[in-house]
Amino acid sequence: MKKFDKDKVLLAIAGPALALVSAFLLTMIVLAASGVDPIDPLRVMIDQASYEDVQVLILNQAGIYYLAALAVAIGFRMNLFNIGVDGQYRLAAMISAVVGASVSLPGPLHVALIVLVAMVTGAFWSGIAGVLKAKRGVSEVVSTIMLNAIATALIAWLILPKNLGVQPPGSNDLTTGDIPESGWFPALTIGDGLEVYGFTFVAFALGVVYWFVLNRTRFGFDLRATGASESAAQASGVDAKKMIMTSMLISGAVAGLAGMPLLLGESHTYNLSFPVGIGFTGITIALLGRNSPIGIFFAALLIAFIDKASAGLDTAGYAKEIGTIMQGLIVIAVVVSYELVRRYGIRRQQQKVGQELAAGHALKTDNKEVAA
Amino acid sequence: MRRITRIATVGIASAALALSATACGGKKSSDSTASSSESSSSSKSAAIAYDIGGRGDQSFNDAAFAGLEKAQKDLKIKGAEAEPSEGESEADKVQRLTELARKGNNPVIGVGFAYAPAIKKVAAKFPNTTFGLIDDTSVQDKNIANLVFNEEQGSYLAGVAAAKASKSGKVGFIGGVEVPLIKKFEAGFTQGVKDTNPNAEVLSAYLTQPPDFSGFAKPDLGKATAQGQLAKGADVIYAAAGLAGSGAIEATATAGKWAIGVDSDQYNQAGLSKYKDKILTSVTKDVQDSVYNLIKSVEDGKPQTGEIRYGLDKDGVGLADSNPAYKQMTDVTAAVEKAKADIIAKKITVKTAP
Repeated sequence: MKKFDKDKVLLAIAGPALALVSAFLLTMIVLAASGVDPIDPLRVMIDQASYEDVQVLILNQAGIYYLAALAVAIGFRMNLFNIGVDGQYRLAAMISAVVGASVSLPGPLHVALIVLVAMVTGAFWSGIAGVLKAKRGVSEVVSTIMLNAIATALIAWLILPKNLGVQPPGSNDLTTGDIPESGWFPALTIGDGLEVYGFTFVAFALGVVYWFVLNRTRFGFDLRATGASESAAQASGVDAKKMIMTSMLISGAVAGLAGMPLLLGESHTYNLSFPVGIGFTGITIALLGRNSPIGIFFAALLIAFIDKASAGLDTAGYAKEIGTIMQGLIVIAVVVSYELVRRYGIRRQQQKVGQELAAGHALKTDNKEVAA
Repeated sequence: MRRITRIATVGIASAALALSATACGGKKSSDSTASSSESSSSSKSAAIAYDIGGRGDQSFNDAAFAGLEKAQKDLKIKGAEAEPSEGESEADKVQRLTELARKGNNPVIGVGFAYAPAIKKVAAKFPNTTFGLIDDTSVQDKNIANLVFNEEQGSYLAGVAAAKASKSGKVGFIGGVEVPLIKKFEAGFTQGVKDTNPNAEVLSAYLTQPPDFSGFAKPDLGKATAQGQLAKGADVIYAAAGLAGSGAIEATATAGKWAIGVDSDQYNQAGLSKYKDKILTSVTKDVQDSVYNLIKSVEDGKPQTGEIRYGLDKDGVGLADSNPAYKQMTDVTAAVEKAKADIIAKKITVKTAP
């Protein structure tokens, strides 16, 4: 039994390891082919990551990515492909920023209200795709992509000064007004003025909740069972439609949280330069981390590292797009290597079962003979 | 047992990470050079932090770079540049400016309004460094110079020229992204057209809505939109859309109609030489000189501060006249000159929002 577990762990690690090694090798080949030193940019990036301020940036970004990837992973476990995390996250950040700026409450309550509004908004937006899927059988892939575009248009309209937005005098930006200080999430200050957003820790704590709910509750079991086989789960008494709705809502609620580290810790307002694309990076990370809370954690750190460390390539005379190439190659390598490892695992399992059966059979007949 | 170990792993992993961030001994990405440059001189290097798109956008960022280049040549200073990544947050901008400032660059210039919140934070930490902020006056401090332009005035002149040059009485406006800054262009242009020919019709279109800023970057969008406006009968099209504007110019010139460029004099742009005969004029915005002037003021020991406004009066904005065909249209140039004089004399006030 123990040996079997070890195999499983090895196989689980083999996938990402193979993906990363081949992605880095491919990056080097691309660099060499374009006439750039293949090693030095990587050295510069690792060098960058040894600096304290870059580390804080990486950690903060990893927290944001972690939430987005968790949202995606919840869908994945249910066999739902929530591509709409990006739209859910942006709409949630915008609406919660508006609410946060318009009320004044004592500290913890204010923060809690903003977070709650963000979760409800995110859940509402993903819930639309959930209803469409459960009631009408509309593919959530199509509906969430379209909802992303609708969210963009909706935000662009809502943020106009005649609606919910504010254009600060003299500025060419549009914001949702500033959230008063009671609505800021306390940060962990390191050294001189370097701040790790407090919400980053909430994000990682949520990973533990995710693990517990999926692996240690009946709901989690139902969710995984429905993800593995909808018809089988239904036959054993799980309401698949209800599961689709619930997991879509939870996925959206978590997606809504992805904007909170920035909103509560840094910008305190939603403006035109609020980052886009977090949700898509989340898909990469959930894939790379194989939907496991620990895997996602390391994947989020890795992608955040590539993001932030590659920014320093500019000053070293290299194109920082090397980081983008690396991320793209990782995605391809992940898909290919996971499939390879999966096939290898199945083959190995079959061989093993075959061997064990043969051995067991021999043993059994031996026993029989002895008994007889 | 298994449960405990897995929970423990999560806990240890996050704790280790938090520790690694705290315990790593306060080394910062700018430490290595900070001491040397601070001791050698207070202001021998200027830095630019670009807006999305970076250098090579043939527009806004390139104009800022041209200013830095000029300063490097004329003032014998060093230049530093940094580009943003897509999807970055305010924290990255703060980091970028902090690094540039700590390395001893002075001034540090943020190109574009998106830098406003970051400059507000960083300028307070570096009181002896001058920060330039282009296109924004919402953030002010002793050591912040807000470099702003009266884009609406230049666009008003373009409107006058368009109305005069149009035969169909229909002119088009194409904005890259529907943000307040580009609406200023639209407002000025529309007012210029209407003041010149009250019966003229202005067809307005924006390529994308924020936060989708691809409307400044995708020439195909500009092309398709311009073709739509041409089909509706427009015969002069003004595109304020950065790189996407080149698509609009292509479509308009191919149809044999007049195009009006933006930001720099697009008649002289190498990439558009094929269509230059049909580029009537361009609304220029002298980002280059504003950057140069700021760097020079710091070098001279009298750093600019507060709002530095570039309007028609200082030729900070204007209308290019490098196309010989434009210069031959004397009725157009006369009307433009008159409008320019009226704006400078404050007889005409141009609206900044449509």
